[in-house]
Amino acid sequence: MKKTYKIDVDCANCANKMEQAAKDTKGVKDATVSFMTLKMTVEFEEGADVDATMKEVLKNCKKVEDDCEIFLK
Amino acid sequence: MNKKQKKVLIRIIISAVLMISLHFIPVTGYVRFGLYMIPYLIIGYDILKKAWKGILNRQVFDENFLMAVATVGAVALGEYQEGVAVMLFYQIGELFQSYAVGKSRRNISDLMDIRPDYANIETDGTLTKVDPDEVSVGSIIVVSAGEKIPIDGVIVEGSSSLNTAALTGESVPRSVHPGDEVISGCINEKGLLKIRTTREFGESTVSRILELVENASSRKSRSEAFISKFARVYTPAVCYSALALALLPPLILYLTGNDPQISTWIYRALTFLVISCPCALVISIPLTFFAGIGGASKEGVLVKGSVFLETLSKVKYVVFDKTGTMTKGSFEVVGIHHSPVPEKELLYFAAHAEAHSSHPISKSLLRAFEEDGGRIDLGKVGSVEEISGEGVIATVDGKKVCVGNKRLMARLGLEAVDCHEIGTVVHVAVDNTYYGHILIADQIKEGAKEAIEKLHRAGIRKTVMLTGDRTETAEGVAKELGILEVYSQLLPGDKVDMVEKLLGEKHAGEMLAFVGDGINDAPVLSRADIGIAMGAMGSDAAIEAADIVLMDDDPRKIAKAIRIAQKCIRIVYENIWFAIGVKLLCLLLGALGIANMWIAIFADVGVMVIAVINAIRALMVKKL
Repeated sequence: MKKTYKIDVDCANCANKMEQAAKDTKGVKDATVSFMTLKMTVEFEEGADVDATMKEVLKNCKKVEDDCEIFLK
Repeated sequence: MNKKQKKVLIRIIISAVLMISLHFIPVTGYVRFGLYMIPYLIIGYDILKKAWKGILNRQVFDENFLMAVATVGAVALGEYQEGVAVMLFYQIGELFQSYAVGKSRRNISDLMDIRPDYANIETDGTLTKVDPDEVSVGSIIVVSAGEKIPIDGVIVEGSSSLNTAALTGESVPRSVHPGDEVISGCINEKGLLKIRTTREFGESTVSRILELVENASSRKSRSEAFISKFARVYTPAVCYSALALALLPPLILYLTGNDPQISTWIYRALTFLVISCPCALVISIPLTFFAGIGGASKEGVLVKGSVFLETLSKVKYVVFDKTGTMTKGSFEVVGIHHSPVPEKELLYFAAHAEAHSSHPISKSLLRAFEEDGGRIDLGKVGSVEEISGEGVIATVDGKKVCVGNKRLMARLGLEAVDCHEIGTVVHVAVDNTYYGHILIADQIKEGAKEAIEKLHRAGIRKTVMLTGDRTETAEGVAKELGILEVYSQLLPGDKVDMVEKLLGEKHAGEMLAFVGDGINDAPVLSRADIGIAMGAMGSDAAIEAADIVLMDDDPRKIAKAIRIAQKCIRIVYENIWFAIGVKLLCLLLGALGIANMWIAIFADVGVMVIAVINAIRALMVKKL
């Protein structure tokens, strides 16, 4: 399953880092972050709990880039 | 500028003023240090904080860390002014970058500002504004002058001209009348239109286009992937090199009995760090693609992802479908030859004789007659006899009018004159006298010839046309347009085989594009390296199957799309080479001690500013 989230981040390299952090999160099959459109598209692994996974993704992103936000709907 | 940016701007101004005035204040020692710390902290406190947090989170090698180390190092060496300057220019660069990015983000979203906010529904004579999402299929919506059509539908009342510029880039308005299908996203320029919706909002053209554009960014190109990988390796590599530069030469000098010159080497190492910041690359490459996709959509070319822009720029072979792509797909009278009477009169007889038929050829005769200002009067038509496979014999104005092929003329004992042009020839005889023939053909689109020329000029090596049509017609069209290769009488399945064969023949690194109108050619669109669907307004299959969607059916847009892609990729490479080149050069000069901190600042901020400005050029595609 794929979902797209709005994000907020200031620099392009930070967006790349967020992408990597999201990819490395358990339950995430693949993730792309577009700095230009400020959007993160996450593909979840089958059976993954979306809400819990996204919380984890946000936590990991905060770790690599303190000044970022993912707007979980 | 937003609030965040304004705050940074104020900090930049204050610390710049302080720094310059401190230059003229003759103080030394701790006082001097203390005074310089004021602008330094004003401009750099957030960077220092972020760097510190990065260290705590074990995310050491980022720009903040580089800047923090470089400036703290410079201050420690007593180079206060340079420390402040580096921080100051870094912030100026960041501010410029965020301003430029924000600006182009807005520019491009303005271009795609086609989302309707509401729909007017008429119930019992009163209008209510509702969310387009809530309008069910078959409802009547009202669109006044200046409003966007929110949902696809058919006009039931009112005539107007529609501005389709936001969708197609075409500035000439389209006139519409009751019974015409209209698509969402167009702007009603005058008058009131009542429209019966034929789709739900979510299925309407506007929604599908927006979805496509919004998802475009998730398909990244190889250059983008390369840059993010590069940045991941590059920053730590530079940090370790800087460390080595600070430690190794002094150590070697010391061991060989020379003066280790520790502060010189540390200064060089710090210069190294300032130069190394990868921002110019990391920002300018996605920005270029973003601007390229934005510029293309302004011209009515929708690109589904930057990876397709990259592929499109390498296209050397363009394969077309004929009908609907190069030709209009409808039959029209293109010529009247050898007629002893005025053309209008010949058309009058032919149209009346065929007035009862619904065959496409007959319809085209009627259309030509009516477009010429004529009106069919069925009262003038007497008996009509159809001769299967040959034509009709009818009585018009009491005269015996025969309209049909050569065989019909032969049956009448008349000699028909052959036509040297391509198309279907309809001979006409009135009262057993040969009146000449009418040529009917699937018309070549306006600009099709120009489109092929433009493609060849854009560096396309081979143009190929595939069609299910007769060989004669196909070759005639290809010859007229200047298409190099043509394969005719193909079944839909043969087209896939043909494309497979062409794919096998091309050289590595060259790409093949297939252009079709999305009807029956979805498999070919997805099989080619890149599928371009044209005239996609309203066709689901085309938008689904293609990688690039041309909003209107102008074949010239194909060459334009390729030009846009080529320009975009050229800028991407310019930026990659320019940024890496300047940085490597400055790194080398820095290591040798030739480049000082000021050159380092240029290598960082200057290169980034230039690269961003260059990237924005990709948005300018009007004249391509």
